This record gives sequence, C-alpha cells and structure tokens, in this order.
Amino acid sequence: MSHTQTHGHGHPHDPIEDNPDVRPEHLLLEQAMRELLIEKGVFSAADITRQIEDMDAITPAQGSTFVAKYWTDPEFRKAAQKDGKAAAESMGIDMSVAPELVILENTPEVHHVVVCTLCSCYPRAVLGLPPAWYKSVEYRSRCVNDPRGVLKEFGLDLPEDVDIRVADSTADMRYLVVPLQPEGSAGMPEEQLAELVTRDSMIGVSQAKPVG
Amino acid sequence: MSLKLKNGDKVLVRTGNPTGHCRTPAYLRGKTGVVHRKLGKFKNPEQLAYGKSGKPKLILYQVRFEQTAVWPNYGGAPRDTLLVDIFEHWLEAAT
Amino acid sequence: MMSGVHDMGGLPAGPVDRSEHENSFFEKRVDAMARLLSDQKRRLIRVDELRRGIESLPEYKHLTYYERWLRSVEILLREKGVLKAEEVAARVEEIQNREC
Repeated sequence: MSHTQTHGHGHPHDPIEDNPDVRPEHLLLEQAMRELLIEKGVFSAADITRQIEDMDAITPAQGSTFVAKYWTDPEFRKAAQKDGKAAAESMGIDMSVAPELVILENTPEVHHVVVCTLCSCYPRAVLGLPPAWYKSVEYRSRCVNDPRGVLKEFGLDLPEDVDIRVADSTADMRYLVVPLQPEGSAGMPEEQLAELVTRDSMIGVSQAKPVG
Repeated sequence: MSLKLKNGDKVLVRTGNPTGHCRTPAYLRGKTGVVHRKLGKFKNPEQLAYGKSGKPKLILYQVRFEQTAVWPNYGGAPRDTLLVDIFEHWLEAAT
Repeated sequence: MMSGVHDMGGLPAGPVDRSEHENSFFEKRVDAMARLLSDQKRRLIRVDELRRGIESLPEYKHLTYYERWLRSVEILLREKGVLKAEEVAARVEEIQNREC
C-alpha cells in the first residue's frame, strides 16, 4: 500500500501537525494490525476497550485535586517536592506505568511552562491525553525560544521581571506545573480550590482562575 | 562515567550529530548552562531505542540555561531561563 | 547543525492553533494498542523504540500524530517478527473487499 499519497486538499503550506483527518490507508492499517494482533493472542478486543476506558477516565481533574492539596497541605507539598510520583500515588492516582513526576512550583518570581520539543511527553497519568496544540509543530518549535510570544497567544502577558522558565521534557521526567494560588483563595476548602486549577495552568500556559 | 556534577556547576552540552536516536535537542548542543538538580540514574535511551538493555544507567541532570545564552536574538526578558533534562554523557564541565 | 525532523525546538513556526478537539476513535485505538504492547504483561515495545520508529519515518511531516505512532508500531512489530509485511498487506486488502 502507498504511504505517500497526497493529502486531499492540496495546501501549499506544510500540513498542520494534528490534522484530524486521518488518511483512509491508516484507518485500514490500524484495523488490519488490530485484527491480526487479536488473532495472534497478543491482546484481546476487550483489552483495547478497557485501555480506552481507562485513558478516558483520566482527566485534568486529578491534577487539579493534586494542586489544591499541594497548596493547602504542607506535608503533602513537602512529599510532592521530594517525589511527585509517590505523592500522586498517595492520592490514589494510578502511577504504575508512569515515568517520574516532577513538580514545578510557580512563584511570583518564576513562571514555569512545559513543552516537549522532541516528541510530546506529557504527564498523562495525572492530566490525561494532551491537547492537540501541545503536540503541534508550532508549540513545540516556538515554546523554547519565544515563550512570551506563545504565552501571549494564550492570553498570558507576564512582566519582564518574572523569569519565564521553560521546561523541555526530553527524558524520563514528566512535569506538572503548580500555578500560583490565586489571591483571595486562602482558606477555601480543597474542592473549591481545585475548581480554580485548569489544565492549561498545570502546563503553564495560563494562571489558575481568579476567585469569584 | 567519571564526571560528577553538583548543583550550580557550569556545564557545556557536547556537540555532535549522532546518527541514531538521542534525547539531547539540537538547539542546546554547544551551549553552556548550570546544573539545576540531579534527577537520578536512568537507562540510556540511545540504547533502549534499539532494544538493548540501556545499562549501565546514566545520571540524568536537570540543566538550567539562560535564554540569552541559547538564542543570540532572544526577544523575551533577560531573566528568562530554560530547564532541560540531559544525560551525563552529553555534558562536560565548563568554566 | 543537522537534526532529525522531530527535533524542532527553536525552528520558525506560525501561531499556535489552540482549538480543542476530542481524540477520535482512531486516535484512541492507536494509543491503546501502543500502550498495551508496551505494558508489563507484553513488553513488546519500549517507549524509546516507539520514538525511534517515529523519528525514522521519511514522511514524518506529512503524518498526523497518531498516524506516526501507528506506523512506528508497525515497523517495530515487523522488526520483532510479531507481524509480517505480507500478512498486514493481505489483511488490508481483505478488509477493503469486505467493506465494498
């Protein structure tokens, strides 16, 4: 089968990284491989279904809970700084197949933002599957040398005296940003705090939501 | 590997174009940074990628770079930095 | 400096398309397949191998994210003798006839 067929709508520019229109040849290839692997007993159809369900069940809400606990519980914060993976496990997050988890805590002086320029490493055990833009050529290329430009596109314009610290996750670490706790949120219960913590704030392209 | 680095040590990322899989981004090769923290020992991805054992394990360092030292025309703010995980065999001590 | 097609940090690129889209069933199935093949029970593929396979695709730039994963998994399963190119091709053809 041909893997080089042109893709239907003849654009002159490079195709967008996450063009959701999968070529029919790849739909066929996936089906063929899946059928053969099931027939060979490598996995079952039920295994595939269960994997999809397990992955669907992981949402950024897990990360939000993690961050809220980090803000409010000094013991947990200390544990998470030492070993993010163990801290996540202690909350009941399944980290059994996850790489190490490193927490990047934002301060008034340092704002972290996470990218993976080489592929698309993402703390999926905590946040679920990454958004399409995280995997895009544009984000992966520009985040390391134009982070302020990228953050502005996300609506975040930080003062010059803040160190914008880009973490390029190239190896065995996955990074989770702990955003600054919003003003006026001190003393709020954990569940309410968690509602302020968005997925994007844990990647570092935005802040946590303001109170109220 | 005899190179032992501690937090704050200046390091130079080696240059070179490996023909196979590697996890040191091209944009950092030949750039100088400082050790931010030691992350532990991990199997060598350049071997794992070809089905080998990945042993001996290598020390993985988190290295911090000044953006202005990485990109000559960096348009952000002077304090901006980069944090990148780099295996020991890609680093040498710098002055 | 020479670098692989996947090694794109700092290359010129346009604005980030921030639109959200749900992962399609195709994407979820490919993700599930790759994860099953690399789990503790099967250990057929390592993540580093998956990346190496992805980086080796000559048409990398023209494939979507999970198309790359799928093609890499195919390459690795052939390398490891789990699947043969001919049987995959034959099954693809059979499915096409089945559906027509």
